[in-house]
Amino acid sequence: MDNVILKIRNLNFYYQNHKVLHSINLDIPENNITAIMGPSGCGKSTLLRTINRMHELTHGTTVEGEILLKNLNIMDIPAEELRTRIGMVFQKPNPFPHMSIYDNVIAGYILRGIKLHKNQKDEIVENALKSVGLWEEVKDKLFKRGTFLSGGQQQRLCIARALAMKPDIILLDEPTSSLDPLATSVIEELLVKLKKDVTILVVTHNIAQASRISDYVAFLYLGELLEFGLSEKVFTTPKNAKTEEFLSGKFG
Amino acid sequence: MEKVKKISVTGEGDILSPFNYIKRIFEFRNVLPFLANLSGALVALIILGFLLTLGAKSLEFAKNAGVANILRTTWNPIAEEFGGLPFIATTVLVSIIALGISVPFTLSVSIFIAEWKRKNMFFDVFNTALDLLSAIPSVVYGFWALFVLTPFIRILQLKLGYPPYGVGVLTAALVLAIMIIPFSVGISREVLKLVSSDIKEAGFSLGATEFEVTRVVTLPLAKQGIIAGFILALGRALGETMAVTMVIGNFNAFPKNLFSPSNTIASLIANQFNEAWGNHQSALILLGFLLFLITLIINLLGGVILRGAKHEL
Repeated sequence: MDNVILKIRNLNFYYQNHKVLHSINLDIPENNITAIMGPSGCGKSTLLRTINRMHELTHGTTVEGEILLKNLNIMDIPAEELRTRIGMVFQKPNPFPHMSIYDNVIAGYILRGIKLHKNQKDEIVENALKSVGLWEEVKDKLFKRGTFLSGGQQQRLCIARALAMKPDIILLDEPTSSLDPLATSVIEELLVKLKKDVTILVVTHNIAQASRISDYVAFLYLGELLEFGLSEKVFTTPKNAKTEEFLSGKFG
Repeated sequence: MEKVKKISVTGEGDILSPFNYIKRIFEFRNVLPFLANLSGALVALIILGFLLTLGAKSLEFAKNAGVANILRTTWNPIAEEFGGLPFIATTVLVSIIALGISVPFTLSVSIFIAEWKRKNMFFDVFNTALDLLSAIPSVVYGFWALFVLTPFIRILQLKLGYPPYGVGVLTAALVLAIMIIPFSVGISREVLKLVSSDIKEAGFSLGATEFEVTRVVTLPLAKQGIIAGFILALGRALGETMAVTMVIGNFNAFPKNLFSPSNTIASLIANQFNEAWGNHQSALILLGFLLFLITLIINLLGGVILRGAKHEL
């Protein structure tokens, strides 16, 4: 097993009185792609949002158990700082509509009021855009609005925006579900390329996608983690009967 | 036959007798569009009629006294001097000051309402109280200002070495500010709520605090709509009559300072329409016409900007 960057221990999640996650234990290996899959409503997104404490923005949520980022309890890190170390990409591309492509990439710095030198900014923007393969496509229109880009480009811009904060982990919540197959495959290739620099945790209900890109895969069903392991093993010889049913398309 | 089929209810081509055919035309759902169009046309007609009657009376003034006379600075109806410039200036001045006072309150209150996560009783009471503010009759505002606000203004005037009138431009602007806050808040909280939570979440996911997200994401996105709200509030402030009339001091000249008594167009008309005839009356009507045009333009402008803002969000 690779070096573990994130440990989830006995995680229970409640929304008001409703228990969404049931004592989840999961080790996320560093510099790998881990896919979390499961049918809709199984708590995949909730699990993801708990990792960077985005759930705290929703009133009425309670979390038990602990999550350790590099052996540090995430509750001991201020939520804002934690979110710069664990970036997030959403289901629908959401670049800031009032900002240029350039400003979108450094939006995290703008938001947090971090002053950067012009050449520092240029460097961050160029590196982030290069790492998502967007630099050649947009280098002549950096000061145009990000919303003029195609859906796939917008999503890559959002990944660049998350990468610009130099996070340890990025969380992706069904990042390709609103994209066409071509844009999807570009993003998939990108994620595989990125994993040497950053740990990737991706939620998907697309089994084929999980099998194409992930090194490890977790199967979540009704808020319980039924199976976790190396993708090649889980996809060929699942241990749990439910996992097998899910993989063979009996439900989804 | 074709016609009959067209209004068939079931869509199965049932053929109606002439009697039923006529009956159906007068059915509610067929009459409704006609009534709606009629009411719409009526509104347009009323505005047009307004413009025509005001315009005709104003022309009368132009013919008898010369339209340029309204732009002079002395108002003395007995000497047939109808200089309306002081009132136009005071109207704009009082409204702009009121708007300026209301801006920080409107912004903070609408952000508070739009971003407040925990919907509890306090929130409901606060929200309702704010809506109730706009239900208070203007005369009650004026009364309140006269008995509660003016004593404080007097103390301030004495401290600063001005004659302690209590009433004047600042007093009017203050009460006006309070009166337009619920109005502009109503618009800006609506626009702020239109900013999608997806976009705000993107801000949070980058490690921003709520304040930073509001400052860098929500406000810039809602900016246009908030400005439209202020413009529409300005439109209201310009024409507000009763409360202003009660506390502005009703003095027919340019205000010399913030504490000076003066008159807005609306308060001048309210004060003098009763005893005005001839040129005096048509001068008041011309001023009213001008006020109407100004508020009409302001309202149209605000409406256009607001529509654009909502379209973008």
